[in-house]
Amino acid sequence: MEISRREFTKIGCRVIIGAAAGTAVIESLVTNGSAAGESPKGEYDWNEHYWGFVVDTKKCIGCGRCANACKLENKVPFDEPVYRTWVERYRVLRGGEVKIDSPNGSIDGFTDDIPAEDIKKAFYVPKICNHCDNPPCVQVCPVGATYETKDGVVLVDYDYCIGCRYCIQGCPYGARYFNTEKRTADKCTWCYHRITKGLLPACVQACPVGARKFGDLKDPDSAVNKILDEERINVLKPDLGTKPKVYYVGLDREVR
Amino acid sequence: MMENLIWGYVYPNEAEIQWSILIVLYPYITGLVAGAFIASSLYHVFGKKEIKPVARFALLTALSFLLVATMPLLTHLGRPERGIEIMFTPHVTSAMSGFGYIYSFYLIVVVLEIWLSFREDIVKNALNSRGWKELLYSALALFSYDISEKALHDDEKLAKRLAIIGIPSAAFLHGYVGFIFGGIKANPWWSTPLMPLIFLMSAIVSGIALLILLYIIAMKLRKHAIDHKCLHSLAHYLWIFLILDVTLEMLEIISMKYESLEEIEIINRLLSDKIATTFYGVQLTMGIFIPFVLLLLVGMIKNRETLKMIMISISSVFVLIGVFAMRWNVVIGGQEISKSLSGTLTYVPVFFSKEGVLPAIVILTIPFIILIVVTYILPPWKDMEEEPERNPDK
Ligand code: SF4
Ligand code: SF4
Repeated sequence: MEISRREFTKIGCRVIIGAAAGTAVIESLVTNGSAAGESPKGEYDWNEHYWGFVVDTKKCIGCGRCANACKLENKVPFDEPVYRTWVERYRVLRGGEVKIDSPNGSIDGFTDDIPAEDIKKAFYVPKICNHCDNPPCVQVCPVGATYETKDGVVLVDYDYCIGCRYCIQGCPYGARYFNTEKRTADKCTWCYHRITKGLLPACVQACPVGARKFGDLKDPDSAVNKILDEERINVLKPDLGTKPKVYYVGLDREVR
Repeated sequence: MMENLIWGYVYPNEAEIQWSILIVLYPYITGLVAGAFIASSLYHVFGKKEIKPVARFALLTALSFLLVATMPLLTHLGRPERGIEIMFTPHVTSAMSGFGYIYSFYLIVVVLEIWLSFREDIVKNALNSRGWKELLYSALALFSYDISEKALHDDEKLAKRLAIIGIPSAAFLHGYVGFIFGGIKANPWWSTPLMPLIFLMSAIVSGIALLILLYIIAMKLRKHAIDHKCLHSLAHYLWIFLILDVTLEMLEIISMKYESLEEIEIINRLLSDKIATTFYGVQLTMGIFIPFVLLLLVGMIKNRETLKMIMISISSVFVLIGVFAMRWNVVIGGQEISKSLSGTLTYVPVFFSKEGVLPAIVILTIPFIILIVVTYILPPWKDMEEEPERNPDK
């Protein structure tokens, strides 16, 4: 009797743990099997590309067309405070104070609410998901719904995300938001639906001054490599070790 | 309206606070579980006889709270129907992915532990009752009725071993909750390796305080004398863990201020503006300092049992409120500073909404209802009411 009871407990534990672990292994095999290796359909081969993005802050005029184009292209709701890309304005005042703003993500442009003579220097900084090479958002996702593609783009699987929002907490750049319609996390995809067809991301296309450049880091002649080879560049919050793939020309120390 | 809730510059996507009061509740509840369990193991593992009256009651308390621990999380998920994927396809680099497994493992440990320590009562009930009660208790006994001296002795040994596993898993269950926050490098208010330890200590503190209160209330309701030895012993442990808790919490703040990294300005603003009241007022003064002094006095005063009981009760209530404030200051405080380190925002809790105050209150009430039900099925009272007079306090 005594033995049987103990055995029962032991076996019970094993069955429960075993069953749970078993399913997990099978599931992960199945999902990995379908996601890895193969590339999205069509001619496009994701093993041949590795995308990168350059922002030239010295060129940006803060018109906000990029942010507008992004919302249109990606059906990001205009009436909610959610953005896949936005432009920040930095104004260093004569007194040394720094004023930063980005009203409605810059979609409607900026207004001059400080007299020009009070401003020492001013500049715009476009922001976007950095598609980090060491992305903390991917690290913290408990179900692997956020992942990095072979061609270096960080995406969210909307059919898999459980909506815990841990990734939103984990991104140091505020690049993610909660999609209230899908009830999942959401963010910039570098217009993956476009770049895999040979088109440019909508924001890059919309920029009238060429402050945003997009291209293949694997291609030595690409638009981004041309700049990376010549300019002095920096990334946002390099100390966090996220290895961003959005490179900035003329980044000021005030920008975080 | 939103404009004046924001100071300085916050990233446009940060306008909305993502983790609401429900996520404050989650570490609060798992903390109570871990604390109550560790209190019970003071008897089960470390053989502290004074704790015996509440040892089994503590286990039932832990179970009642453990059963609702998943509720705030599931309610919060955007896609609760997919929540189970955490079990099927855990992404192991995520601190959160362990939740399903750690939780289930711990649930098994607690249930087994309860079963073993109540088995004698269950079997006796099964043998002495008729009808549905007989069926219920026989089922609970798993139709094994051996309560010979030897069998009970073996039970006890097994229970002790389980409790030994239980302590690290309780510590893990809650320490890991601390790591969910402590491991986020994006957030300077969260990112510290001390976080799991701070969570653990405050968990133990809150668990013991809860146990003290429930014990006093239960005895009052049952019109039974309180075992002051047990009460004082619990108060003593509460005091010790309070010291550990405050040491760690201070260490974190002091080293942040002393090292004064880039983020210090925004952290200072958080502490002096956003969460000044809940941090200095509720978490530290009400939740730690006042109970610390009261419990110190309890240790010094002779006789005056009623007064001491009142002081211990007040301390426990304050500790429970203080630990809630601590969870609040971490979860909400951390989201009230912008990751741009240039601005702050304000969380305004709503009452009626899926993530509002009302569901939080409901979720926090359920464990007490569960506790009433389980103590009805498995009454732990006889340990508490055993010969309290025979051992009058000097
Ligand atoms: S910028 Fe944020 S969302 Fe984009 S890859 Fe990096 S961590 Fe992830
Ligand atoms: S919200 Fe979705 S993508 Fe983000 S961490 Fe949770 S499950 Fe992963």
